[in-house]
Amino acid sequence: MQVDVVSPEKLLFSSEAVSVEIPGSDGDMTAMANHAPLITTLRPGILRVVQEKGASEYVVTGGFAELGETVSVLAEKAVLKADFDREMFDELVTAAQTALDSARANMAGDAVDMASKSLSDFNILGENLGFK
Amino acid sequence: MPSLKDLKNRIESVKNTRKITKAMQMVAAAKLRRAQDSAEAARPYTERFNSVLGALASANNKDSGGPQLLVGTGKDQTHLLIVMTAERGLCGGFNSNIAKLAKTHALKLVEQGKTVKIITVGKKGRDVIKRDLSEHFVDHVDLSEIKTVRYTDAQGISKSILDRFTAGEFDVATLFYSKFVNVVTQIPTAQQIIPASFEDAEDSNAQSMNYEYEPSEEEILADLLPRGVGTQIFSALLENGASEQGARMSAMDNATRNAGDMIDKLTIQYNRSRQAVITNELIEIISGAEAL
Repeated sequence: MQVDVVSPEKLLFSSEAVSVEIPGSDGDMTAMANHAPLITTLRPGILRVVQEKGASEYVVTGGFAELGETVSVLAEKAVLKADFDREMFDELVTAAQTALDSARANMAGDAVDMASKSLSDFNILGENLGFK
Repeated sequence: MPSLKDLKNRIESVKNTRKITKAMQMVAAAKLRRAQDSAEAARPYTERFNSVLGALASANNKDSGGPQLLVGTGKDQTHLLIVMTAERGLCGGFNSNIAKLAKTHALKLVEQGKTVKIITVGKKGRDVIKRDLSEHFVDHVDLSEIKTVRYTDAQGISKSILDRFTAGEFDVATLFYSKFVNVVTQIPTAQQIIPASFEDAEDSNAQSMNYEYEPSEEEILADLLPRGVGTQIFSALLENGASEQGARMSAMDNATRNAGDMIDKLTIQYNRSRQAVITNELIEIISGAEAL
């Protein structure tokens, strides 16, 4: 199964893979070959591409994935897990916090919910990576 | 007739100018390669994004109840023009071509009785717009501190535009930038970003597939459309960056060549007048000797 992981700035991964574990916004999912056509948005989390010789992991912050004969993950920001450090994490959390604050101040309802969900997703991601 | 000394000075100064333009050309060539690489690297994302969004949009466009970013506000009274130019000059007609296109567009809209608001990105465009269309100028995005454009920069611009849209400040947004074709050709382009238009995203493959959506189709569309604005701005910034360097490279190549021609011409003039001076002196000596 062909898997592409792309961010706006570059193509991170493009090769054959066995399966992909995707942090979908409604829950994690694993895509294998011949998955039914599906489009899902991503939440901040870890994307795992499993190949026969091993797996590579990326930290993604959002975006969407298109599943079908091939899998394309279009992440808003994607970084190899090994390259993802505390500094980047703190930056993202601060950005999420500011987004939440401004949502609380200016908007109501959905926007606040979405912003606070994004912040808590980041916090869970931080716990998983041992930054918390 | 300039004196020998004057001519010599001029030749020297033209030579110095040629050195500078040559150096600028080489710097632009190196920067162009980098800009092209990053434009190249961004292409897979943009293409796939547009094909998915295009498929979603065409499926959703039939009922007119779609989100405003897609179907518009229902009127086209207020237009927002985002004019992207370079931070620096000395790149041929690059900046003025974009500004000219934006200006014609703006004047046409004003003639039709529409309200026009202009946001500029890049110092050079701001100068022109402020001079000629100052009553329409609303904001400027400063990117002069940024060496390589990152996606976050585009996101910042897109956020401020989206905020204005949500606040109901405009109905239609159009992006003005220069498409990079090759080093000698850059095409100033106007691209409508709000409401979204997908002319080149007619991907039959994506449309024939019946996707499932998670969460719902509407939610994904609502999530993707604002991102789409950011993506388009980002790719426009990158195209513009490559175009700028390409334009500067060919402009500086021209300048270097002109300086070379000028040096040749001045050198011939210098040699001729040197010869004339020698001939004059000889005539004086000979006629002096004959008079004795």
